[in-house]
This record gives sequence, C-alpha cells and structure tokens, in this order.
Amino acid sequence: MTYLEGRAGVPKGAGLEVGVLVGDAVQVSTVTTSLADVASSDAALRAFLHGLPGVDRVGADQRAAMLGTRSIKTTAKAQAIDLAISMVDLTTLEGADTAGKVRAMCAKAVRPGGEAPSVAAVCVYPDLVAVAAEALTGTGIKIASVATAFPSGRSSLDVKVAETAQAVASGADEIDMVIDRGAFLSGHYLKVYEEIVAVKAACGPAHLKVILETGELSTYDNVRRASWLAMLAGADFIKTSTGKVSPAATPPVTMIMLEAVRDFRAATGRQVGVKPAGGIRTTKDAIKNLVLVNETAGDDWLSPEWFRLGASSLLNDLLMQREKLTTGRYAGPDHFTLD
Amino acid sequence: MSRLSVRKTYKLYIGGAFPRSESGRSYPVTSAKGEFLANASLASRKDARDAVVAARKAFAGWSGATPYNRGQILYRVAEMLEGRRAQFADELGGGKRAALERVDAAIDRLVWYAGWSDKVAAVLGAANPVAGPYLNLSTPEPGGVIAIVAPADPLLGLVSVVAPAIVTGNTCVVVASESAPLPAITFSEVLATSDLPGGVVNVLTGRQAELAPWLAAHMDVNGLDLTGVADADLTLTCEQAAAENLKRVTRPVDEDWTADPGVGRMARFLETKTVWHPIGV
Repeated sequence: MTYLEGRAGVPKGAGLEVGVLVGDAVQVSTVTTSLADVASSDAALRAFLHGLPGVDRVGADQRAAMLGTRSIKTTAKAQAIDLAISMVDLTTLEGADTAGKVRAMCAKAVRPGGEAPSVAAVCVYPDLVAVAAEALTGTGIKIASVATAFPSGRSSLDVKVAETAQAVASGADEIDMVIDRGAFLSGHYLKVYEEIVAVKAACGPAHLKVILETGELSTYDNVRRASWLAMLAGADFIKTSTGKVSPAATPPVTMIMLEAVRDFRAATGRQVGVKPAGGIRTTKDAIKNLVLVNETAGDDWLSPEWFRLGASSLLNDLLMQREKLTTGRYAGPDHFTLD
Repeated sequence: MSRLSVRKTYKLYIGGAFPRSESGRSYPVTSAKGEFLANASLASRKDARDAVVAARKAFAGWSGATPYNRGQILYRVAEMLEGRRAQFADELGGGKRAALERVDAAIDRLVWYAGWSDKVAAVLGAANPVAGPYLNLSTPEPGGVIAIVAPADPLLGLVSVVAPAIVTGNTCVVVASESAPLPAITFSEVLATSDLPGGVVNVLTGRQAELAPWLAAHMDVNGLDLTGVADADLTLTCEQAAAENLKRVTRPVDEDWTADPGVGRMARFLETKTVWHPIGV
C-alpha cells in the first residue's frame, strides 16, 4: 500500500485527497485536487505539495540502513554486479574534460572489460555530446548530457532551453537538467514547474532526467515534494544529485524517491525512472541500491530502462569484484583503466 | 576491596586503527608451557583484503616521504620500544634476562635499519658508465605493498622482516606468528604512537594457511615474504599464486635473527629505475 492510497473515498488514479494539519489533529479531505489541476496556480501547487504526507526521518533512515544489511553472495552477487554494470551512466563532468577523454570513456562504456556487459549510457557536458555520439554510433549506448547551466542552474530560462536544444541537436538521447533550488526552497514551485515543462518541450524525443540536488534540499519532505513536482512536470527520470554537492545519493534519499515513483505510477499509471548519482563508489553501495529498488519500487524498476547509477569510479570497482568472482583472487586497480 | 584488573583485548592493526576481525572470531593463545595467556583475533581473508586496501592507501604518502624522514620515524619506533622494554620482556616470557636481550636486539635492529634509510640508494643505485652522451642513473624505488608472513620469533623476528620492508618506502601487511601473536599486537601499539602513518604496517593475527594464499594471490600486492611459513605445501601454493602478477617472493629460510642482517632484505623489495639523460648536446 502506498501512502496516498487507501484513504476513504479516494478512487485510485482519479484524484488526490490531501490531509492538512490543523492544530494537533489531521483533518482529512479539506482540499481535493485532481492531478491535472495541481499546476493551475502557485497556490494549488503549493497546497498539493505541502499536502503530501511528511517523511518520518528516523524511520526512513532506519529502513534504508536495514535494507543495506542484506547479504548478497555468490551467484546472486554475480548477477547483481552484471545488472549494476548495465545500469551505470558512465560520467565525466570535469572542467578538464577533453575530446580524447570522452572517446576513451566511450570505448570503456562499450566494452568495460572481460565478459562484462556494456553500460547503459555515458554522461558528458553538452559541448562534448558530438564527440560521444560519434564514438558510440551503432552501439546502442545512450548519450546523456547535462544541461540547463549545470550544476548550479543559475541562469535564465532562455539560456537553459537553448542549451538543451543544442545538446539534443548534437545527438543527446537523454538530458539531465537541474532544478532551480533557490526557487524551490523559497516556495516558488510554479517557477520550477514551468522551467521543467519548458525544458521538457525543448528535449523533443530525448528523455528528460530532472536532478533534484537533494543535498541542497535539506529535508526529506522537500525531497518528496521535489520528486512529485518533477514527475508532475513531465520528468522521465528523477535524479538525486549533480555529484558536485555532498551529501549526494544517500540510501534514504534514494528510497524516498523510489517511493515517490511507485506512488506516482499508482496514481497516474505513468512510470518514471530513478537515478541516484554521486557518492556511489563501491560494489557494496551499488548492490544496496539494487536492494532498495527491489524492496521499495519493485522489480519493474530493476532494469537499465528505469533505474540508473550515475558514477565515474564505481565501474572499476564493479569490474574488480567481477574479476574476483571469476578468478577467485582479489583484483588490483593496476589491471584496470584509469578514469 | 580488591581491584579488578583491566585486561587487554588483543585485536588487529589495520590502517592505524585496532579493529576486531570482521569475522568476530578469536583463538586462544598459550605460553610455551601451555598456560592460557589471552585470546587473539582470528583474522579472515576479508581482514586481509582490508589490510591491503589500507596499505595501498598509505603507499603514496610513505614512499613519497624523504628517506631521511622515514629514518627518523623508524628511530622514533625504536625510542618507543625502548620505553616499553619491561612490558615486552614480560610478554616474551622465558628467562627475564634472555627476554630483555631479545628486546634490546629488536631495538638495535630498528636503529640499524633506520640508519640505512638514506644510504641504501647510494649502495644499491649507481651512476652507470655508458657508451654515449648520456648521464645514466639507476635508483632503487619501493616496490609497493608487501605481504609478509612473519617468523616464529615473536619480536626480533618480526622487527627483522618488517623494518627492512618499510624503511625503503614500501608498505606492508604482516601475518604475525601464529603461535605467539601477542607481542606483534603490542608492537603495533608502539607503531601507532611513533608517527608512523596509519596503514604503513598492518598486522593480522590468525592462521597462516588461511591468510597467506589470499595475500599471495592478491593482484594489488607487489611482494611476498614467506619467511615464517613452515609448511612446504603452503609455500608452494603461495609461490604459484604469486607468479600471477610477478610478485617478488622471499622463500622461507631458517635465519639466525641475532646475526648481522646485511642489505639483502632491503634489496629484495626494491625495483631499479634507470634514467638516460642526454648531456653535452
């Protein structure tokens, strides 16, 4: 059961009944909004987002920690490693990126090493999309590009839309946009919403991933609100972080976002993907994420189409663990590419 | 009212910290006469893996320190050991006088190797005469992470295999003597209080047969010192596993630890880098 279902008199998918705290008692059914209308005004959007049930911080931390203790070994581990490799968005987002580095990364994305499967996508800055597109022609690996004044998002909407359109024109299959956290935190939800809608329109056929930058949202309630806001605005994926802010993709945050996509599908029938990014460095972290997906959203999300791991150094650790499982001896980083 | 004494829990020494074995296991350690002394941690292969990670992490800093600085730190280890002479003599057991002599020999061994830190390059390196307009220099460089199976002699033997490995800039993972591991852990306390960066020496206590093959096969270990391995089959297994990434291997030898050690043990885990530099153009 989701946190939105099961309230008296709410037909699934028809609309949402929102409880509001008055004094100490929860008054149910003060506002009933259809999902289609929530973005009709700033007030309606705020009423809807603030009407979402709050997140129990202690409970969320505890549940995420508990799921992190699952022991995944031997054949299950081998399968999990290969699945994790196929979900990786191999990322390089440095000021020092060069065309050569992107080409090398693309080669690694196609053949990570040994019998390991290809990764899901590579993720680069917009000006390097063309390089990646050329290197990945015919491989089926997607090209993701960050856009909209990544990582801060501090620019005008025109610039953000133009940057998105340029990245798509260069061959990007997926656009990773950042939300305007300043507007979100000061309560201008409609501004954030409209920006996502505008960027989504500029994406055309490309998928849109919306980066919430949860490290700057300060509360789990905000993470849940931002997730819903992004999904209502048309996001195909919601992504935790840029990777430039710490903390990034912590397990509880990923879990809250997985709950949001699960409940969003229950309410609307549309499935949205999740991408934790930043701070996922070890195979253990990756497997913990897979456990979270399976236990929170369910195995419908357990594929590269609906769940991605944004990472740069994770891939080598996955490959080293894979090597350990096949050869029976611990692998060393000297035998894997630098990245 | 009589006071309850606070007894020490013997743990592992990994990355400058004293964790219990991740496996939670321990084994009883007895004196030469068969009296129970204490429980020591029984390290697992995952502890060995963690120790190698810690040693690798410490390598850049330790090998990048100046030889002079490494010598100073080794000398500091000797100072700290000197301050705990009586404690080590107690822990070694046997005759009081003989035990003190062993501790003194271990301290002297550390000082001896400390002195070698900035001299070993002059002895093992060279300015080579070559037939061409080049300045040709060979310099010894540390090999990396060294896995050491320490000999049965619990303190002097341990110091005699660890000091030469680290004085040249290597970092190491040591499997302490299986039957007498307690002085090795007390020695770790000495290391932890003498400016030696965490991770340069990592000490595991447990079964040689359980730990050595994993370390020998580990692809992130660059050298293997089997000095303390008594079992010929285990030696063979380890040597074969070590061949996979061409580790430098020291075979088990029955050494007299009181004799002059020479530079052999330092030279074993060094790689020679030769540079050709054009001159006179």
